Amino acid sequence: MNDTAVFKSGITLAVIAAICTAMVTLTFRLTEERIIANEQAWLERSLQPALSGLFFDSGVTESKIVVSPPHELPGSEAALIYRVYAKGAPVAALFVVSARDGYAGPIRILIGVDVTGVVTGVQVLEHRETPGLGDRIESTKSDWVKQFDGHSLVDPEPAGWGIRRDGGQFDQLTGASVTPRAIIKAIKETLLYFDAHSDQVFADAATEIDSEEKENP
Amino acid sequence: MTPSGISDRFKTGLWRENPGLVQLLGLCPLLAVTSTFVNGFGLGIATLAVLVASNGLVSATRRWIRSEIRIPIYVLIIASLVTCIELIFKAWFPSLDRSLGIFIPLIVTNCAIVARAEVFASRNPVGSSIIDGLVMGSGFALLLMVIGVFRELLGQGSLFSRLDMLFGGEPMRGLVFTDGGWLLAILPPGAFFSLALAIAAKNAMDRRHHKKRDSAMPRRARSPSK
Repeated sequence: MNDTAVFKSGITLAVIAAICTAMVTLTFRLTEERIIANEQAWLERSLQPALSGLFFDSGVTESKIVVSPPHELPGSEAALIYRVYAKGAPVAALFVVSARDGYAGPIRILIGVDVTGVVTGVQVLEHRETPGLGDRIESTKSDWVKQFDGHSLVDPEPAGWGIRRDGGQFDQLTGASVTPRAIIKAIKETLLYFDAHSDQVFADAATEIDSEEKENP
Repeated sequence: MTPSGISDRFKTGLWRENPGLVQLLGLCPLLAVTSTFVNGFGLGIATLAVLVASNGLVSATRRWIRSEIRIPIYVLIIASLVTCIELIFKAWFPSLDRSLGIFIPLIVTNCAIVARAEVFASRNPVGSSIIDGLVMGSGFALLLMVIGVFRELLGQGSLFSRLDMLFGGEPMRGLVFTDGGWLLAILPPGAFFSLALAIAAKNAMDRRHHKKRDSAMPRRARSPSK
């Protein structure tokens, strides 16, 4: 290839790159609003099941605290806490934590706890457990995660927070005990954390709220 | 192009040279997402859209592109199109996008798309290239859906679950025949077995077809079976 050919090829590449960039930019502009609205809606919707039977003010997603590691919550990555208020008074907190000892990596879960320390709902947000066995922790696949609703550290006592096979109070999943163990442990640790730090959770100033939305719960 | 020419092209894309069944291209997404019908359908349609658009663009620009720089240009075009499709999925089918995850951006690496750009679109007029994208894309999408239905039926005992990811609304469990199923079918090995069965079925049908034709015309020299 001689010099003019190289030059021409360069121009062709640049023009095509510009056209492609324009195409992506245009699509981005057209979809941007919908994408942001979708993500917000998804976030709000995914928080809802962990707050069964509670009345609360809207805008839960705005009251987020990011707890960076190291922290006493389960998981080695950043945990999220959403504060839930009703008419300005705290009613519950939502924790997004990682259960470390899943069968295939960490399991991201959402745990709702009301101010008295009672579980209001648990949702599995992200996991890589075995399809057909461990994945029945998903609320769309079975009701297993619903069994924690209404329980707290006094019902049962901390020693009872385990699967029946380990002398605990809760059901396991047929063919999968590692996954339930990991989740129950994470819920228990979250309850212990909330028990010890509940004042702090609701007292944290708004300035500590991380406005960045890159970490989806 | 005559209608019979087009129908022949469809036969080629869907059957004779099906990108997944015969050319064995794009196996990674094919094996990874086909655990349910909805996932197979979503990725199939996304791939089809990218293939049609990339064939069209490659063909439209073929006059100005020197062969030395064609590969970077294909990559540019395909990557931009995939980004657009990803944004469109995020805007209109957010749950399907969540379910397919990384496999939407990974359409870039589906060699079926580069292959069609190189083999067909860079040498043929725009209309013909778009039709080629359509038939090859449909062949791939259809295979994804067939394997999706098969694995979902065996592995979960259901059919068309989670159609809400396409149309919105409450999570749907679809037609449930049994509670749970043969686990292996939705695990990765099940994907390999299903594809192998699909290929075997296609070969068996081809062979039977050839036999029929050969016995109908015994005098003629046997065409080499493909």
